[in-house]
Amino acid sequence: MSTTVWLIPALPLAGAALNVFFGNAIGRRAHWIAVPALAGSFLASCALFSRVASGETVTATLFSWIAAGDFETSVTAYVDPLTAVMLLVVTGVGALIHLYSAGYMHDDAGYARYFAYLNLFVFSMTMLVLAGNFLLLYVFWEAVGLCSYLLIGFWYTRPAAAQAGKKAFIVNRVGDSGFGLGIMWLWSALGTLDYDGVFKAATELPPATATGIALLLFMGACGKSAQLPLHTWLPDAMEGPTPVSALIHAATMVTAGVYMVARSHAIFEQSPVALEVVAWVGVATALFAATIGLVQTDIKRVLAYSTVSQLGYMFAAVGVGAYAAGIFHLVTHAFFKALLFLGAGSVIHGLGGEQDLRKMGGLSSRMVTTTITTTIGALGLAGLPGLAGFFSKDEILAAAFVSGHRAMWALLLLGAFFTSFYTARMLFLAFYSGPRMSKEAAHHVHESPGVMTLPLAVLALLTVVAGVAFGIPSAHGTRFARFLAPVFPVHDGGHSGAVALMLLVMTVAAFVAGIALAWAKYMASPIRADEIGRPTTPLHRWLLNAYYVDALYDGLIVRPLLTLSEFLARVFDLRLIDGLVNALGRAVVAGATGLRRLQTGFTVNYALTMLGGAVAIVVFLLSR
Amino acid sequence: MDAITFPPVVLGPLLPTLIVLASAALVLLLDLGPRWISRDLPAGVALAGLVAALLVTLGRWGTAGRAFRDMIVLDNFALFFNVVICYAAALVVLLSMDYLRRTGSDSAEYWALVLFATAGMMLLAAAGDLVVVFLGLELMSLSLYVLAGLFKRELASGEAALKYFLLGAFASSFLVYGIALIYGAAGTTSLDRIALAMAGRTNDPLFVIGVGLLLVGFGFKISSVPFHMWAPDVYQGAPTSVTVLIATGSKAAAFAALIRVLAVQLRGVPADWSALVWVGAAVTMTVGNVVAIAQSNLKRMLAYSSIAHVGYMLIGLLAGGPGGVGAVLFYLLTYTFTTAGAFGVITLCERARAEAVDVADYTGLARRHPVLAAALALFLLSLIGIPPLAGFVGKFYLFGAAVRAGYLWLAVIAVLNSAVAAYYYLRVVVLMYMREPEGAATSYVPSFAGGLALTIALLAIVLLGVIPAPFADLAQAAVAPLLR
Repeated sequence: MSTTVWLIPALPLAGAALNVFFGNAIGRRAHWIAVPALAGSFLASCALFSRVASGETVTATLFSWIAAGDFETSVTAYVDPLTAVMLLVVTGVGALIHLYSAGYMHDDAGYARYFAYLNLFVFSMTMLVLAGNFLLLYVFWEAVGLCSYLLIGFWYTRPAAAQAGKKAFIVNRVGDSGFGLGIMWLWSALGTLDYDGVFKAATELPPATATGIALLLFMGACGKSAQLPLHTWLPDAMEGPTPVSALIHAATMVTAGVYMVARSHAIFEQSPVALEVVAWVGVATALFAATIGLVQTDIKRVLAYSTVSQLGYMFAAVGVGAYAAGIFHLVTHAFFKALLFLGAGSVIHGLGGEQDLRKMGGLSSRMVTTTITTTIGALGLAGLPGLAGFFSKDEILAAAFVSGHRAMWALLLLGAFFTSFYTARMLFLAFYSGPRMSKEAAHHVHESPGVMTLPLAVLALLTVVAGVAFGIPSAHGTRFARFLAPVFPVHDGGHSGAVALMLLVMTVAAFVAGIALAWAKYMASPIRADEIGRPTTPLHRWLLNAYYVDALYDGLIVRPLLTLSEFLARVFDLRLIDGLVNALGRAVVAGATGLRRLQTGFTVNYALTMLGGAVAIVVFLLSR
Repeated sequence: MDAITFPPVVLGPLLPTLIVLASAALVLLLDLGPRWISRDLPAGVALAGLVAALLVTLGRWGTAGRAFRDMIVLDNFALFFNVVICYAAALVVLLSMDYLRRTGSDSAEYWALVLFATAGMMLLAAAGDLVVVFLGLELMSLSLYVLAGLFKRELASGEAALKYFLLGAFASSFLVYGIALIYGAAGTTSLDRIALAMAGRTNDPLFVIGVGLLLVGFGFKISSVPFHMWAPDVYQGAPTSVTVLIATGSKAAAFAALIRVLAVQLRGVPADWSALVWVGAAVTMTVGNVVAIAQSNLKRMLAYSSIAHVGYMLIGLLAGGPGGVGAVLFYLLTYTFTTAGAFGVITLCERARAEAVDVADYTGLARRHPVLAAALALFLLSLIGIPPLAGFVGKFYLFGAAVRAGYLWLAVIAVLNSAVAAYYYLRVVVLMYMREPEGAATSYVPSFAGGLALTIALLAIVLLGVIPAPFADLAQAAVAPLLR
């Protein structure tokens, strides 16, 4: 059993190692290592899942890692239903995206390096999910951040990509500083970092301590999952290759924050304040990012803001205590958002690198598979009744309403309307409206090869069936929630049939209204390229510039900090610190030259020194 | 008068040493054979012998064997050191193969001497009697004296050999005199029986002076200040592959004997050594690190650095207990791989048809040979003690033991020393990565065996750095019975 557990991270790690060390020799065949590694990892996850489904939970310790005084921590895997679900998503969606990458990255010079990073990411992500204590979680939390950095800046010769990688890394530092402090506080309060110990002892935490720890942990989640006010890195992260955006910046890594909060719910439950903060930050982010998504013209940026917004929904869910609903949305979102990104990638591939919605259109007849699958993905995101996204989003809205957060419910409903609108807009502009690209570009449009369309088809299938199979609500919660019941306390879904029906009708209404408005605006009459996304009102300009948050941070934080550090570097560091260090250094070097002179090279002197030492030792021992 | 009774001959506890000695004899025999015997065969035999000894050692783990009336004690402690010594010697063999051929010094005597020295080291680690200590020490030392002078045409090599021999003989005379005095006081040379005989009268001046002189002899072999002065000259002048053996294997073996003698012979003796070892540790690491700064020869710099590392290890000895002494054993393990690796890189580099021994020769190495430069950088970073490499964990355990034993200020001095050390190690890294090469290019001499040695050493320092706990537990378990 524990072999199966360790096989899951070990296979991608081995793949990464092979492609790192023998990348030059392997070259174009890198996918023959990376894809089977992931497939094996996925099969192992399936085996593990079936064991967990039959009611087993596993804690497997690989080795004792650090033992220093009272502090002891080991490399331990902790497998319960939540872990099993996350592993399936990470390795399953990961395997599909690896396969897709074999087509998408086909002509790239860094082919082996790409697959090495991608394998390394999956290794880190599976370890993050498997980790059985907070320190190990933190280590791999940073490791996925590193992989994200490497892959955002994969085309490092592009200044924008290098810049975006740096930004992602630095913004995440802000969140992670809080995360690190939270873990330290946790240890000093409870004396252990093991999940078992922490979650058992969490009820003994004083309320203020619990609130402090929970908020610090949530700070880390905000960074990793791009929540307000640390959301700015994710849209820029779209500089990375599109399959990377699909895997890391939509389906898996960015959801680590949600996973972490859900995993630590025992701590969060001790602090109603912290839970409220989580929920409201989620709602605010959901709405905020959705409004920005309304006007973007870059297809990947629309999807990026949509991801930020959907992550907000997940946090809203865990914030109101509907952990299973949050995780269910995480899973369905992984399916349809990965699908949308891969579909967008297919479009970009077919158009020779074009990402601008204004220069697309009319692709439905030229790229049939991509069009059908992406449409399914978009409908899943928008919330077409019957598709996975509809069930998971409805579950969140219902949970907010039932838990008494009426205002939150209303705002999330508004967000659902925006979601439906921007998704439909993107779909119409790319596929169904008249073509707006140049004749030259139009001539070259082609459907992507089979390795790319197969993953699209599988993800589309998942988007269609996942909701019906696991998400239909009943008196005892959804099937999904029942599966996770050993992990999460099941809150009584005590809303009556009438209320449930009302909520359902409202959700469907928001979906229909969004699509209809987008149809009226972009499909009812032909639209010219320069009319799309041209700011006409101040509000529109605000949205197009994402509320100027980047400019605000630049003026408020980055520039003052740069000025301060320049001052410190020039005056404080160069004069005072360096002066001190240099003086000390000169003294040491002077001492070194002096001592060096003792080493005369004459054997007699050496022997004499030894004799002196011997006399000193004997005299000391005798004089005791 | 009692009739002389011969102890039963039990060879089991001597098996690893015998294997090494047998392969040495085989190497010498092969040299007498016909010309058509491959020139690689002696090295292969030496390597096979060491690997076999290593396997036998690992196979005996957990058993304690005594032979020849407790003169040989092959317990876990000795087995742990056998592992370190076998690894060190095997790395030396791998590093020597192409190195010797290049320098035209390939000869069967070399391999035989390396194996004899190794056998001496293993005897030292398993010595339960002062006579065997002396025997092992001399077997090791005499082989090493000759090996240091292997490059007969080079003045520095001859000088190194002569200095090493003269000073080594001087130190041995202290040791032997010390043994004689202890025998005079206790009437026996067996460590166990000395402890029994001296119980209750440990202030016997004869005994005290004897122990002091013993410490001088060991102080020379581990090159602690003020008995360190031979080290830079010998490390620099000796062939680099021999330097590796002197710096790793012989140092580990001397530490093994020192620890066993102090622990067993002085069992139950409330001796107050702490002031002596405290000063010795502080002075040794400070002198080593400070003088290393002023060096421009990489081998000499590493020699001073190895003196400094002895200072760190003395801290663990001072802290005592399974935690402290176990930390010394663990540190020796990490230090062996790291030092062998760092010197090993030197054996693979050549500039203007001579060995690249100057720090300046490594300027811009990263541009031309990125893998080699990365390897050297990792070894140096491990010597500094940067996580997640082995050197960090080793220092962590040592300094942690010191703090727990109440030697806070010594730990502070050690940490400050580590900071000073970072300066001269990092200078090499900076030169390799941030400067453009000037003048004649430093070239890498391709060598499969050398590459294999470096790979093993690299894997070891990463493994020991990432998963230290099981090995540290083994080290503690190995010393715990001694200290009881």
